[in-house]
Amino acid sequence: MFKRKNYFALGAVVLVTLAIFSLPPRATSRLKLAVSSLFLPLFGLANTAQQLPVTAADAILSRRELLKEVENLRRENQQLKFLQLQSAATARENDQLRAAIGWQKQMPWKLKLANVVLRDPANWWRTAQIDLGSRNGLTINLPILSPEGFLIGRVSSVDQFKSQIILIGDPNCRVSARVENPTHDIGVLGAGGPLDDSLVGLSYLSSGANLKSGQSVVTSGEGGIFPPGIPIGQIVDAQQVEFGLYTEARVKLNANLGALEEVWVLFP
Amino acid sequence: MNVFNTILVLAAAFLAVFGETVFSAPRHLFGAQIDLLPALMIYAALNTNVVSVSILAVAGGLWFDALSANPLGVTILPLFAIGFPICVQREFILRELPFAQLFLGALASALVPIFTILILLSGGNEPLLGWGSLWQWLVMTAGGAAATPILFALFDWCNHALGYQLRTESSFRQDREIHRDKNAK
Repeated sequence: MFKRKNYFALGAVVLVTLAIFSLPPRATSRLKLAVSSLFLPLFGLANTAQQLPVTAADAILSRRELLKEVENLRRENQQLKFLQLQSAATARENDQLRAAIGWQKQMPWKLKLANVVLRDPANWWRTAQIDLGSRNGLTINLPILSPEGFLIGRVSSVDQFKSQIILIGDPNCRVSARVENPTHDIGVLGAGGPLDDSLVGLSYLSSGANLKSGQSVVTSGEGGIFPPGIPIGQIVDAQQVEFGLYTEARVKLNANLGALEEVWVLFP
Repeated sequence: MNVFNTILVLAAAFLAVFGETVFSAPRHLFGAQIDLLPALMIYAALNTNVVSVSILAVAGGLWFDALSANPLGVTILPLFAIGFPICVQREFILRELPFAQLFLGALASALVPIFTILILLSGGNEPLLGWGSLWQWLVMTAGGAAATPILFALFDWCNHALGYQLRTESSFRQDREIHRDKNAK
């Protein structure tokens, strides 16, 4: 029943696993990138297949509809140009005021659009991969925003052509967040539930925190990864935990993490 | 036949891992992604040899972990821990019966995530767990169970269509025929 061949197979698999586990972290991440790069042609193929219906739909649109769309876009563009002029004037005024009271000058956000190419196959992680990598200037810990500008996570590892992002709700993505209430309570946004990716926990709020349902939650800027003021979500409910030592709240995220197709990478 | 089967199983594992990362329909519908590697491991354990089972465990595990946030190599041992005993004891399993395939698929799909989580926890990792994980585990078990007989049927069809078939020979041999004849010497 138990042949020599079986012993060899058992030993070989255990040895290979132990060898992989004992590799230094840098070698492991390189090996991981090398193995995952085997899938690159398939991702290219999947992207093309996804864009095919869009291209086909564009091709069969009538000239009249296209002209109408161009006119709408032209109008929207003019409105946006006007808004940009207004916001530039506001930014100049803000800079002057900040300089007058000796505050540091605020730097404008630099954003880069990326496509979400895959989701984590394991149910116990909340990560995804995007099609921008180190050749696009990405580094680890860059904040990731949804197309609407809400915080959704950060870059966790970078390859030449793609990067892995950890989404809010994953136990490894902790964010220092501030509640927009009169007391500006600060807590740590941690893990969510395995099933509902729209709710996450906000813990370590002070025991006297004045929290109400619907209050906005934004990044506090502490921790050095996420700039302050990025909207995250809204308070759902709160309760005292650890015998009243601190308060824990549930936050409903503004971004829909389950339907991410494009994201913004925020550069400092 | 076995080499062709091994190649077929490895190709299916590669595509299955890729499919799990790209197609999120089960995640949206049932709240969990269904893993096809345990079902493939059952097929490999019942229809190939121990070398193929080992290769599938190592390659499938590495592919899965490379596209996931799992530490590399974590999925190898759970897959092998399911495939190896079944491969060794397969003479005692009625592998042609869809019920047996369904049962083994459910068993593998239930045990592989548990083993993986245990290895993750023992390595100091913090996977996302809660009461909802129980539902996800049930979905993975049911999905893997349902997928196993389908995979068996699909592989049988592929083997029949693409693989070399064994030449069936009759036991009748003309040179050994006994002629019952009056003139026979």
